[in-house]
Amino acid sequence: MNYFVGAIRWVLDPAHYPGPNGIPVRMAEQLWYTALTLVIACAIAIPIGYAIGHTGRGRAVAVSVTGGVRALPTLGVLTLVALWTGIGLQAPIVSFVVLAIPSILAGAYAGFEAVDRNVVDAARAVGMTGWQVLARVEVPLGLPLLIGGIRAAALQVVATATLAAYVGSGGLGGYLFAGLQTRDYEQMLAGALLVVVLALVLEGLFALVQRLVVPRGVVAQRGNVRTRPSRSRPVMGDPIEEGK
Amino acid sequence: MSWVSSNLGVIAASALAHAALSAPTVVLSFVLSVPIGWLAHRYRLTRGTLLAVAGVLYAIPSIPLFVILPIVIGTSARSPLNVVIALTLYGIALMVRSSADAFDAVERDVVDSATAVGFAGMQRFFRVELPLAGPVLLAGLRVVSVSTVSLVTVSGVLGIPSLGLLFTDGFQRGITEEILAGIVATVVLALLFDVLLVLAGRVLMPWARATARRAPRARTREARA
Repeated sequence: MNYFVGAIRWVLDPAHYPGPNGIPVRMAEQLWYTALTLVIACAIAIPIGYAIGHTGRGRAVAVSVTGGVRALPTLGVLTLVALWTGIGLQAPIVSFVVLAIPSILAGAYAGFEAVDRNVVDAARAVGMTGWQVLARVEVPLGLPLLIGGIRAAALQVVATATLAAYVGSGGLGGYLFAGLQTRDYEQMLAGALLVVVLALVLEGLFALVQRLVVPRGVVAQRGNVRTRPSRSRPVMGDPIEEGK
Repeated sequence: MSWVSSNLGVIAASALAHAALSAPTVVLSFVLSVPIGWLAHRYRLTRGTLLAVAGVLYAIPSIPLFVILPIVIGTSARSPLNVVIALTLYGIALMVRSSADAFDAVERDVVDSATAVGFAGMQRFFRVELPLAGPVLLAGLRVVSVSTVSLVTVSGVLGIPSLGLLFTDGFQRGITEEILAGIVATVVLALLFDVLLVLAGRVLMPWARATARRAPRARTREARA
């Protein structure tokens, strides 16, 4: 337990605040890596996930690909890209994006699939086009699960961003690796605790956002998993003209 | 391929060490999560608490955990035990939720019928609830297994023997092939674990393939209840 007291003292020590190796800068770097990764991963994963969820096609491929990507060890991707690109931001960001994509992709298409079939059919029936169904029905109703996916990705990335320091970038991992080399366990523990605190704060924030984005009127409407593609046969008879 | 062909022994030894760290972690996560998940399923009071604790556990990043654990439980900083314990905690965090969901998915009527024909307590749990929860439990366990095999590599930065050492060593000495070999070996090992789990599922639950297609219905039912 002495180490914990030491670590907390280390965190509170004013000497560890100013300068490029200070706690505020390191923490900001960790958050910056996380934010940048999430933006890039969302830009890649959300359109693909929405396309899968809306058309109901390619789901099997997506599931197996994301399963395979999940098995990719981040440390391996990180060191591999770092050998190719050298020291800099590319290697950490590339490997973290790879880490973040499966969760966000799954959140995006699962969100669409969780939309009740009858709601989609009703939207069609009142004359919405495919794009309107997408933008006004599926996107808002799928938002809670999408945010859930982004939340899982954010947690993984903010934790794993610690590894950026291993290939010479910044972030809170610097304290861990510096402490490991000099056997300064208090510094290591301090770095670890800072990462945990950051992760818990992010988790809390996302939990809040997730609660806020549930459209009013559909709170507590979970389940009803849609297993058929949205463009398969209608429930009864053929529509006179299917909105395209 | 020259590095790979002249270092097959190193790769094999690392893969074995990796498997030796992953297998007990996956088994422990499963064995410990099932009763916790059942408690969360059975009693409404414990459900919120247990799932919240699991959520917080999941939020604790693995690398700091590798660092904190030896200090808390007094093992040496490079002991493989740290990895097993840290990743088991992580596995439990993932698995408790899926085992609670798995027990939720067992139809209430079936459990009631089992009670009616005289099953009680442990017997009902082992012979009715556990087998019927099996398919969802297996799905959860497969996620735990893949993430465990992948996360074990992180312990390489602390110098604990596993395929992760191929990454750190390859990076420090600038050998691309070594890192590639490590990535391929990790993915193959994860696949191997997955195949073993699926096979175990087929042997233990021969009925599961037919039921798996009806799973969505069970979930709808649960949402309505």
